[in-house]
This record gives sequence, C-alpha cells and structure tokens, in this order.
Amino acid sequence: MTTPATDAWPAQRRGRRAAMLRAIGPLGIVSAVVIVVAIIAAVAGGWFAPDNPDLPNLSLSFVGSTAGHLLGYDFEGRDVLSRLLAGAQSSMLGPIAVVCMSMAGGTLLALVAAWRRGITDTVISSCLDILFAFPGILLAVLAAAVFGAGLWAAAIALSVAYTPYVARVLRGAALKERSLPYVAALEVQGASGTAICRSHIVPNVLPLIVAQATTMIGYAMVDLAAISFLGLGVEPPTPNWGVMIFENEVGIPQGYPLPALAAGTCIVLVVVAFNVLGERLFTYAQAVRR
Amino acid sequence: MLIRFLLRRLVTLAASLLIASFVIFAALYLAPGSPLAALSGGRTLPPASIRVLEARYHLNDSFPVQYWDWLRGALHGDLGVSIVLRENVSALIASRIWTTAGLVLYAAILIVLLGIGLGIVAGLRPGLLDTSTLVLTAVAAAIPAFVAAIMLILAFAVQLRWFPVLGNGTGFLDNVRHFTLPAVALAVSSLAIVARVTRAAVREEQGRDHVQTAISRGIPVRRVILRHVLRNAAIPVTTIAGVTVASLIALAAVVEVAFSLNGLGAYLVASAQDKDLAVVQGISLVLVAAFVVVNLIVDLLYAVLDPRVAAGGRAR
Repeated sequence: MTTPATDAWPAQRRGRRAAMLRAIGPLGIVSAVVIVVAIIAAVAGGWFAPDNPDLPNLSLSFVGSTAGHLLGYDFEGRDVLSRLLAGAQSSMLGPIAVVCMSMAGGTLLALVAAWRRGITDTVISSCLDILFAFPGILLAVLAAAVFGAGLWAAAIALSVAYTPYVARVLRGAALKERSLPYVAALEVQGASGTAICRSHIVPNVLPLIVAQATTMIGYAMVDLAAISFLGLGVEPPTPNWGVMIFENEVGIPQGYPLPALAAGTCIVLVVVAFNVLGERLFTYAQAVRR
Repeated sequence: MLIRFLLRRLVTLAASLLIASFVIFAALYLAPGSPLAALSGGRTLPPASIRVLEARYHLNDSFPVQYWDWLRGALHGDLGVSIVLRENVSALIASRIWTTAGLVLYAAILIVLLGIGLGIVAGLRPGLLDTSTLVLTAVAAAIPAFVAAIMLILAFAVQLRWFPVLGNGTGFLDNVRHFTLPAVALAVSSLAIVARVTRAAVREEQGRDHVQTAISRGIPVRRVILRHVLRNAAIPVTTIAGVTVASLIALAAVVEVAFSLNGLGAYLVASAQDKDLAVVQGISLVLVAAFVVVNLIVDLLYAVLDPRVAAGGRAR
C-alpha cells in the first residue's frame, strides 16, 4: 500500500507494466488468448469455415460427428463448425457495440455530473435511478415490440440499460478525482473544464473504464445471446451462437445435443474469458488508484 | 427513523413507477404500424366498423388522454384488451403470474440458501473445499440461463429421466417437480456470484482487527463468527443477493421459453412478436413494478442490518 516515491518516470512506468502483468496472472493471459481467438474468428471466421455455413441439406439433418465435420450437422444439415465460425461475427459484434455505446454515454454523464456537481448532478443521478428500474432484457423485448426483432434494436436497448451501471461507478471515481488539489490548481491556471476532463480526469480513471468495459462485454454477450435465443435478436438463418441454441434446441429431446451444446460452449468460454480478464484488470485498476 | 426512511423510499418508488409507466406507454404508442391494421388483420374495413373499433380502443383520443385513461385503468387493475386474444389483459396476466412468481421464488430460495451457505462454508474453511468452490463458481457464474437450461434438460430429463422436460404440471408436488429444473437453470449463475461474494465478505470480516481481538480475548469462536463476522458480512451479501434476485424477474422469460412454461415472461415475448401492444405494456408494467418492489425490500433490509442507512448514510 506504499505510494511509489518520486522516482524517475520511465522506471515507474516499467514498474506499472510489470505490476499489470502480475495482476493479470497466467489465467488472465489464457483468457486474453481466448478473447483474441474469438476476435479473429469474428473478423475472418467465414474464411476459415470448412463448409458453407448457410447452405441447408436436409438429408444431413442432425448427422453426428464425422471425419472432416468434427461437430456434425445442425437441424437443417449445415456444418456446425462452419456456422460457429461464421456466427462469431454477430455474436461478438453485438456485445462490443453495446459496450462502446454504454461506456461512451455513461462516461459522458458521469463526467458532466462530477464536474458540475450540484443540481446537474442531482438531475443526472435521478434520471439514472429511474433507468435502473428497467432490466436490460425487458428493455430489449420492448424495443423488439416497437421496432421489430433485430440485433440493432436489442443492442441499443441494452446499451441504454447498461448506461446507469457505467455512470454510477465512474461518477464516484470522477468525483474523487475532481476534489483533488491538482484539479483546483489547473482551474486557477485557467484550464477549461473539458480540457481538464479530457487530458487529466479521463486518463486517470481509464484503468477503471477498461476494466468495466471488459466485464461488461461478458454480460452483454449473455444478454444478447438470450435475446437471440428468445427469437427477438439476430434472426435465423443468420449464423449466431444464441440463434444456434434456439434453432437446435429441438434436437436435445431427440438425442442430438451436439449443435446446441457446441454453441453454448462457445458463449460460456468467451464469457468466462471476459469475466476473468475484467476481474483481474479491476484489481489492477484499484491497486493503481491505491 | 426507520419509518421516515420507509416513507422517503415509498415516495421515490411511486415517482419512478409513474415515470416508468410513462416510458412504457409512450414507447409503444410511438411504435410504427397502426393498431387498426393489427385489429383488422390487414383487411380493409368498412368505415362504420373502423369507427366502432376507434371508439372501443379510444384510438382518436390525444396522447395525454390515452395515457391518462390507461394509467387510471392500470391503477384499478384494468390494463386494456389484448388485440390478439380479445380478452382482458389483467385476466391474461393473472392466469400466468403465479408461474413466474413461483419460478422466481423457487430460484431465489435456492440462491439464498445454497449460495450464501456455500459462501460461508468456503469462507470459514480454507483448503480443498474452498479452492474447488472458487473454481466451480467461476465457471458456473458464466453459464447463461438458457445454456444451463439445455444442459439440465439433456442430463436430467432426457438421459436420466428424473424430471419432466416441459410444461407446468398440476398440483403442488407435481408443480415442484416441473419447476425444479427451470429454477435451477434460472438460479445457477446468480447462485455462483452470491457464493463468491459471500466467501469474499466472510474472509474480509475475519481478517479485521476487532475479530482478531475478540478471538485473542478468548471469546468462543462460534460466537465471534455469528456476532461479528457474519453480521458484518451480511451487508455486501444482501446487496448482491438483492440485485441478482431482482434480475431474475426479467430473466425468467428465457427459462420459461426454454422449458415451455406458461408464465408472464414467455407470454411477453410471444406478445412482442405478435405486436400485441396492450399485453406488452401490461406485462412490462407488472415486471417493472415487481423489480422496483424487490429493490425496495432490499433497501429496507439494509436499513435493518445497518442503522447508518436509515439515518441517511450509505451502506458500505
């Protein structure tokens, strides 16, 4: 818990990098690898797909694992591995979009509330308290009822639902930062509020932002997959992990669980990876903030 | 002090419910597509029947008037008429609400008993049990309810045939049997999270100076654990248990669909797909109200556990 003394900057920075690696640990590095693999699949999964993920062939419906088709075929006779790879794109893109939108909105609201304090803070905080009354899945179902089913309606609804959680955590951190003497010193020197927020407060709470975003991608992934599973998100036949569970659930009572289980495993693996990494980054962020 | 705290929270609750009702009504009012088209099923109607429908569903009133009528009706238990089933929304909700309430309650009991129990045991006994709990809950926390559902159906309904796969069942014991797999699926990730938080809280309180002092003064360990460790650990545990149990209310929809249970959530999803807006509004309002009330109960529990909260401070 000792504060690093005023030693030379490069040394301190190197120390920080080492501290970060130590905080992340081997399990965190494994998680990071899983995430990178998932991102590569999301960007270029279609290329690696050994088979056409969209071409149905009903004579192969629910055919099990064979050589060359390790995960077998789904209910319409499409290669499961190819659909998993092609489905990575919509499965990863949705959560990343949700997190970008809710982080941007939440950070902005938190900074304005913490900077202005007083009545602005009260108004923003009360609005956020009301938003807390809407669970994410409920908002997404409402959005689907209004705009029709689709990935974007669900993603926008979820980012609205996540914004108060982001804003609440960051507002606390920003308020603490705001009350530090260096901010008052900069104000006296005539620096504008936006400039101080942009070049001092945001960089100082950045570790917290990154940690929160990482954990939140996991939550967003679960919620979006759940909405697709309900038939209100990504629409079949677009490949998507949540949709694959929805489509192939019929195979389970019939004794063909592999397609649904494979998609479920992909979701769980990526979510565990994001959760572990997020938790480790959070520990690091708190260590940095002392 | 507690009464004043309760009153203050009730006022906030009423205000947020009012605003939530407005948001729900306004969002669906703005939904594209005319309600007349949904009522007529796309056929062109003679002007006389259009007038009858407009009068019956108050389609010509202005937005504030429609909202006021809806809100006044909702307060009297009248949520309008389902366009698809032509029945009272309140009656449709009433016939399904106990499925959802039972499912959420069953899952909440599992979370509180098993989650907190497991967390306390793991927190008090470092070693193999603690380590395996940590690993197991890390994985379980990441299993979404619908993945848990398909895994449970596969293992216990298809392979072992211990539980029925689908439906509600009749009679209390049969209900419990039918609801066990859905409740476990709904509870599994929250249970893991609650267990982890409980374990961490118990560990932290155990390391505190006053606990060490009490033990070194020779106060029986069992008493120290009950009076000092568990009492203080109860505050963060209440937070996380409350948050997760409240989140089950919306999540129940996923489990109801996976197990074909005839509950509010599954009906909400079906109505959203059919654009049966009166039903979507009604169920959303009920779910938001339940969510807010559960949160209020959690806040009251805080105030009981930690008198500083009722005095206007914040829970740690």
